[in-house]
Amino acid sequence: MTFDQEYFNLGRLDALSYRHTLIHNLDARTKVIATFAFIVTVVSFPKYEISALLPFFLFPVLVFSLGDIPVWLIIKKVLFLSPFAFFIGIFNPLLDHHIMCTLFGIPVSGGFVSFFSIMLRFFLTIGAALLLISTTSFPGICHALQKLSVPALFISQLLFLYRYIFVLMEEAMRMVRARDMRSFGARGLGMQVFAGIIGTLFLRTMERAERIYQAMLSRGFAGTIHYGRPSRFGISDCLVVTLTGVLLYFFRCYDIVGTMGIQAERLF
Amino acid sequence: MSHHIVEFENVCFSYPDGTEALKGISFRVLHGEAVGIVGANGSGKSTLLMQMNGYILPASGSVTIGALQLMKKTRMEIRKKVGVVFQNPDDQLFMPTVYDDVAFGLLNLGMHAGLVQERVLKALQTVGCAELRDKPPHHLSGGQKRAVAIATVTAMEPDILVMDEPSSNLDPKARRSLIGLLKSFEHTRLIAAHDLDLILEVCRRCLVIKDGLIVADGPCEGILTNKRLLEENNLELPLSLQRCT
Repeated sequence: MTFDQEYFNLGRLDALSYRHTLIHNLDARTKVIATFAFIVTVVSFPKYEISALLPFFLFPVLVFSLGDIPVWLIIKKVLFLSPFAFFIGIFNPLLDHHIMCTLFGIPVSGGFVSFFSIMLRFFLTIGAALLLISTTSFPGICHALQKLSVPALFISQLLFLYRYIFVLMEEAMRMVRARDMRSFGARGLGMQVFAGIIGTLFLRTMERAERIYQAMLSRGFAGTIHYGRPSRFGISDCLVVTLTGVLLYFFRCYDIVGTMGIQAERLF
Repeated sequence: MSHHIVEFENVCFSYPDGTEALKGISFRVLHGEAVGIVGANGSGKSTLLMQMNGYILPASGSVTIGALQLMKKTRMEIRKKVGVVFQNPDDQLFMPTVYDDVAFGLLNLGMHAGLVQERVLKALQTVGCAELRDKPPHHLSGGQKRAVAIATVTAMEPDILVMDEPSSNLDPKARRSLIGLLKSFEHTRLIAAHDLDLILEVCRRCLVIKDGLIVADGPCEGILTNKRLLEENNLELPLSLQRCT
């Protein structure tokens, strides 16, 4: 996994967000609201919940298919981030010993159940966030947040982040390449060179920031970024938001998978 | 109109680290004139250009743009008159899409949304980039970035255009269309470049700067053919003239 590959991976997610499908064409506000509601609902379950979380996988599956998003790309990214959630939950089995159920004759402690629940929530929430990014252009998301009255300062921070993350990464990539060219497989001089690269990158960023500010000033910047374009919140958007709300509420209040399990148990 | 004049009178400037960048520069550019500024690396060209819109103020001497003398108080007004195109378009294009970037300055002027759209499209058409309006800048090629950077400035309809190395990093075709574009403008133009052929084609007059001083000021035909003067300033004859000799 080289730096170059990672760079193009990031670009790929960005390129995905500029396509036109059913999901892509929805108003950005719709998707932001739906994703936010989805994440809040998923997180709101009690800590031992597993079965009630399962129906929520319906949402990402729908977005994957309707938005024509390559499944592996997203799954790889989720897995890449999963160590964070893994280490948050890994100590639960050590701390929480009381037996909650027996699975095929093996007693399962509360710690394992809550660990599994954390991992499920992680996959759902991070998946949802990545899907939002890959189906909505970043400027679109910023615009939506602005319309939803997020403070302008945050919006301009996000806009600059999006604009310059690519420039910064390209700069870093060029420096890493230049180092690799002349280190002949010896990986440079280790930490010392690496620290140098980071330092130079920082100084260059400062200088660039200065020049950008200069460019902004010379076009009449006086403290606020005026940013905005007309956008339509159409009937399909209303429909999607309502439907998502209803489904989320339903899934939150009724444990469908659990009920199905109990029914099945009674039958056999 | 006769008031799109740029006048520098004995301008001096030193950086906080003690480097004396300008040591008394005086010149006067008239309305509609295209002036090339040449000189070695570190001769003070960029510092000179940064004085044009008041990003830095002269330590002594005066800069007059139109009827306004450059001061802290007047620099907002002056920035509306002077459009600066920076050397690196990545510094100039800071908004998420081409459209937003070109609209940035206009919205800062408090312009009405409908008029903004009209002006943005017109400016993008002038540089031949109308179809790029919804693209993010990192999806553009170097030549496209440069063209859009110029549009961001011309959309504001400045009286005076200032450019720092407009042809750097461009392929020959993009450079050629840039030259055509620069020739077509009627603004007062100040262009700093090492690309002497570009200056020869676009400008009538040329300033040579050395160590913070103007060492030559006159018609391009005289200066850019003076081999000795150019070589003293780490320059050489424009390629188009080298072939003839």
